[in-house]
Amino acid sequence: MSRVSQEGSLQSQSTNGQRRWRADVYVTLKPVVNDPQGLAVRDGLHMLGYDEVGAVRAGKYIQVWLEAERESDAEKRMTEMCDKLLANPVIEQYRFNLVEQAHDEAE
Amino acid sequence: MRFGVITFPGSNGDHDALKAIELGLKQPVEAIWYRETNLDGFDCILIPGGFSYGDYLRAGAIARFAPVMESVAEFAKKGGPILGMCNGFQVLTEAGMLPGALLPNGSLQFRSQWVHVQVERSDTPWTAGIDDGTVLKLPIAHGGGRYFADPKTLARLEENGQVIFRYTDASGNRAPDANPNDSLNDIAGICNEQRNIVGLMPHPERAFDTIIGGDDGIKVLSSVLEAGIAAVAGR
Repeated sequence: MSRVSQEGSLQSQSTNGQRRWRADVYVTLKPVVNDPQGLAVRDGLHMLGYDEVGAVRAGKYIQVWLEAERESDAEKRMTEMCDKLLANPVIEQYRFNLVEQAHDEAE
Repeated sequence: MRFGVITFPGSNGDHDALKAIELGLKQPVEAIWYRETNLDGFDCILIPGGFSYGDYLRAGAIARFAPVMESVAEFAKKGGPILGMCNGFQVLTEAGMLPGALLPNGSLQFRSQWVHVQVERSDTPWTAGIDDGTVLKLPIAHGGGRYFADPKTLARLEENGQVIFRYTDASGNRAPDANPNDSLNDIAGICNEQRNIVGLMPHPERAFDTIIGGDDGIKVLSSVLEAGIAAVAGR
């Protein structure tokens, strides 16, 4: 579900052993849930002449900055956050990527 | 009977509910701030309409973590009657106290209009005073009232008689035109398995006097009085 890539100069080990991460979370409606917003966007694209467009589904992109000692810890915490708040499991599914952050990187 | 109306940051139907109970039912009622954790002394709880926490993320998603909600869950466990109206319904589904979810309307439009709903079951505290099959005229005002549940949950709701209000025309017939938001099975309101928690998208608290367009909502709000009397008599 998650994949780690690295960004910037990696002086990310802080004095307390915590590393900093950014989670890029993608929340989308489950395939069985009708998405009128996606349909409206699709119709708009068709109106602009993009006849090659088959389907459009709209979702949310959420960025979360967090600290965790290991990637697996960050992944575990993010999964909890997604299950509890960021996505509603009744209607939505999610995936996220973890990107390790340099310590001086602006949020 | 003492009513409590919860106020979240962003609630806008709390005063409608307070006035409906005060003027329409002439019962004692008090606003409950979302930071309150003590619900002692309340006989029933109303979760009003509005845009709690700006509807950020999803309608009702943040409100379910408000301090008061833990006490509301406790109140529910003890069988206390709870009614969620509009945003209140959304909060209750997000909190997992009612099954399913409410999605943006199929039309993508905010709908503010009068609708008809048929009362399917009178065996909840919020319909106890209404005959099965009665059609009520109630206002709606929402952008996200499309009821959704997975097929298994939906089948269970229908089997258990947990669908309490269904959109119909004025004569009680189901019709695509009568469903303002494309809710599955024309569902306007449901209850939990224990039947003490009811949520609906229409606003009974905005229909407590003919002077504001209708008084059918009073039938919903006053039902809990009959249910309460029955509960006391049964003790």
